Amino acid sequence: MTSALGKDLLGLEPLTPDQIRLILDTAEPFKEISERAIKKVPALRGQTIVNLFFEASTRTRISFEFAEKRLSADTVNVASTGSSVQKGETLVDTARNLEAMRIDMVVIRHGASGAARFLADRIESNVINAGDGTHEHPTQGLLDLLTLRDHFGDLTGRRVCIVGDVLHSRVARSNIWGLKKMGAEVAVCGPRSLLPWAIGEFGVTVFSRVEAAIEWAEALNILRLQLERMTAGYIPSLREYNRVFGITRERLDRAPRDILILHPGPMNRGVEIDSDVADGPHSVILHQVTNGVAIRMAVLYLLAGGRPELAEAAKGGSER
Amino acid sequence: MDRTLRRMADEIVELNDGIDNLIIVGIQRRGVQLAERIAATIKARDDADVPRGALDITLYRDDLQTVGPRPVVGSTTLPWDLTGKCVVIVDDVLYTGRTVRAALDELADFGRPARIALAVLVDRGGRELPIHADVVGKRIDVAPTDRVDVLVEEIDGRDGVVIARRGESA
Repeated sequence: MTSALGKDLLGLEPLTPDQIRLILDTAEPFKEISERAIKKVPALRGQTIVNLFFEASTRTRISFEFAEKRLSADTVNVASTGSSVQKGETLVDTARNLEAMRIDMVVIRHGASGAARFLADRIESNVINAGDGTHEHPTQGLLDLLTLRDHFGDLTGRRVCIVGDVLHSRVARSNIWGLKKMGAEVAVCGPRSLLPWAIGEFGVTVFSRVEAAIEWAEALNILRLQLERMTAGYIPSLREYNRVFGITRERLDRAPRDILILHPGPMNRGVEIDSDVADGPHSVILHQVTNGVAIRMAVLYLLAGGRPELAEAAKGGSER
Repeated sequence: MDRTLRRMADEIVELNDGIDNLIIVGIQRRGVQLAERIAATIKARDDADVPRGALDITLYRDDLQTVGPRPVVGSTTLPWDLTGKCVVIVDDVLYTGRTVRAALDELADFGRPARIALAVLVDRGGRELPIHADVVGKRIDVAPTDRVDVLVEEIDGRDGVVIARRGESA
């Protein structure tokens, strides 16, 4: 018996709408655990989880670590600096060595698209993709879905626009897959140089003017302008980007409705989003962060169960 | 079933010597409805609201690794400080005692009650742990392979206790 999600969580593209709904529904009761005085349940007691982060991350790594600890798992963090990765060890050798120490799950963040899949195919442990290159960041997509669902209820027919650097964004890809599977209408908006060449194949509406996107959308998911990738001349300057595509109070004031504001963080205030929008009444950016822990607990919990050999041994262990 | 629950409500008040410091906690799912009804009975008789809570023990089970996650984890609602209180756990069927073991662990994470008691609608025997109920609606004798299910109107559309013999489905 494998878990309801299979062995790994590599992206939202391969999931069915029912599997996504199961994760979101499972996350609901986990929200309450983080509100308790003792924020811990024994569900993953004795499980060992390795957080393998080959790229910088604060929010995602800490969020996974909280999720793991609140489920009572034992965790080890491995970063690329200060580990044998620096000595040239390959990804699969690193993971196999960890597995030889009898671990149960690996959470991996890697700069190469497909790294999580590569690893999942080669080790027995459950693998969770915490962001691979420009491919997917499934738990971020899921926490965005949960946040939108908290506000809209059903997502069917809701209009969500992803704004900014879609080209480099794994968050955008996971959001597009997830939102479409949940029945939402999805659009993207950004400079042509920061949209994938074949964006039409995703089946999304494309806005080239941010004013048009604001007129259409009920929620904006504003992507971080990835400054570290901006050396190749995608945009003339940050100031010009802000003037043309920045989400500002003035632009939102002209919208025909209140628009929910999401941002996966970290924010470049004054570039893709202005401070009074980020801290404004319709911003759910911190709510996203809170939901992130619940979503990751749900994913860890759903992947953890189901070891057939143990089920056989414990037969007769009954319900009440 | 109503009559049995009324008697259980009396016994709970008796056991606690009144309703001071009493908190009634139902175990998800059907224990929650039974706890509601017991509290309603106490309210009708003593005109006092007894605090109620709901406990989902899924994450405290000892067989997560063997049977895999339950499809849906229910919600736990315990907005009270349990320290010094008299908590009565309410569940539908008492069998192996493993659910109650998990519930005791979970309650301990919410505080240190002065006393914890257990009230069940049906005790079917077959304990695998040293646990006993303080208030029992009905004791029944069934084979280990039989299934005993309590139905409540709020979830199942009717009240009742269904015993499915070996090989039949409920």
